[in-house]
Amino acid sequence: MTVAIQVHRAVKQFAGELVLADVSLEVYPSEITCLIGPSGCGKSTLLRLISGLERDHAGHLVIDGREVTGPSRAVGFMFQEPRLLPWLTVRDNVALGLPPGQRRGAGAITARLLAQVELEDAAHALPRQLSGGMAQRVALARALAAEPKVLLLDEPFSAVDALTRITLQELLLSIWQRTRITMLLVTHDLDEALYLSDRVFVMSGGPGRLTEVLSVELPRPRDRRDPELVRRRVHLMEALHVAGVPPTPERGDRR
Amino acid sequence: MLVPLVLVVVWCATTSVYRVFLPHQLPSPWQVVTTVWQLAADGELARHVAASVGRIGSGFAIGAAVAVILGILVGLSPTIEAVLDPTLQLARNVPSLAWVPFLLLWMGIDEGPKITLIAIGAFFPVYVNLVTGIRQTDRKLIEVGYVFGMTRLELVRRIILPSAQPYLWTGLRIAMGQSWLFLVAAELIASTRGLGFLLIDGQNTARPDVMLAGILVLASLGKLSDAVLRRVERRALHWTDGFAGLVGSERT
Repeated sequence: MTVAIQVHRAVKQFAGELVLADVSLEVYPSEITCLIGPSGCGKSTLLRLISGLERDHAGHLVIDGREVTGPSRAVGFMFQEPRLLPWLTVRDNVALGLPPGQRRGAGAITARLLAQVELEDAAHALPRQLSGGMAQRVALARALAAEPKVLLLDEPFSAVDALTRITLQELLLSIWQRTRITMLLVTHDLDEALYLSDRVFVMSGGPGRLTEVLSVELPRPRDRRDPELVRRRVHLMEALHVAGVPPTPERGDRR
Repeated sequence: MLVPLVLVVVWCATTSVYRVFLPHQLPSPWQVVTTVWQLAADGELARHVAASVGRIGSGFAIGAAVAVILGILVGLSPTIEAVLDPTLQLARNVPSLAWVPFLLLWMGIDEGPKITLIAIGAFFPVYVNLVTGIRQTDRKLIEVGYVFGMTRLELVRRIILPSAQPYLWTGLRIAMGQSWLFLVAAELIASTRGLGFLLIDGQNTARPDVMLAGILVLASLGKLSDAVLRRVERRALHWTDGFAGLVGSERT
């Protein structure tokens, strides 16, 4: 079986401090995977290494059979913030992601992408007129415009409210249903990780390493109240050594 | 409009009504308006205004254009910055009048030195602001460019320059103001027309009303040019989402 993302013995230091110590993982084509772990455990750094935004590492990073040497259009990246260019309209921001050859006749393509994220009416709006959730949907459309093989998402929904987050998760899944794009998502939200993922990579910090890989193995569409999800959530909390209230079904019901 | 109104009332009171100042010290507003009218009627004013506006136009355009080119180069390249910037910063501190004798020596007494002096005045605000603007580009937006595989040229054209635009406009507006200041410096010496000449002529012929007329016209034209630039700026920067002041901060 081919591998979409391969990380082999990645080591990364910042100013002499070890941030990632020997991390290896593989993500298969069309798989949705999440990286979770305490803040500062290096999960965002790992994602940035895979994207090519961060370099000077040891070990191998391979995407779709090719060694990562820098950012590439084969890898889509969604940041924690929308990072839209404020001087461009929504449509032109999305067009930014299009391959250079496609910029002519971009109108139809951007319209289709905006429809995918349910924002066809906002095509001519400016970023400052958008809500946080809308802006993040534009960022998603822009990332998809490049038709990447792999989509990396760095806590993409962490800055929006809980209800918007659920809508955006559903949107992400519906896009995945259509495109079957390989996704690796960094999150600190256990429910999000379990609801979206085929597998969850658990990391621990100081220095960052992979401690566990959990296969979720539940069919989609999933029910957020599914006791099986709650059971896995308890397992993840134990794996992360989260102290505190023992989880009850009501906690799982929260969403 | 309240402050100018109060000033005019005080001006009237101290000249026409109570005669605190005599006409050869400070002519009344009415005298000045009459002088402006007379200058306008016999075509004299149009001649001076045309000369000055022409110099401002060329000087500002040349100075701003050179500043944009050098500003982009210095803003983008630390190497070019190390080569050029120290010299430019040194030249920036030369007072406008200090340039005049040399420009006259090198370029004669024609339009050349006047336009050059205005260009020097317009250059520095644009240059300094544009370099700052380019260096202020958000690294997070640069990363967006990287993610989409932009070339260096695309990065400059599509991200760095648009993002530096607010600084560029501030520079242009200050440069326009500087241009008017340098215009007067240029016209005080070796000129036969222009609003600066009108000032000096008024002084030489003991006509404070002519001097005040010149000042009034200079101030109005300066204000007008800034208003025009402001309008264009607002259109160019309609995408910004800045603080609009504590009062009346509703969205437009």
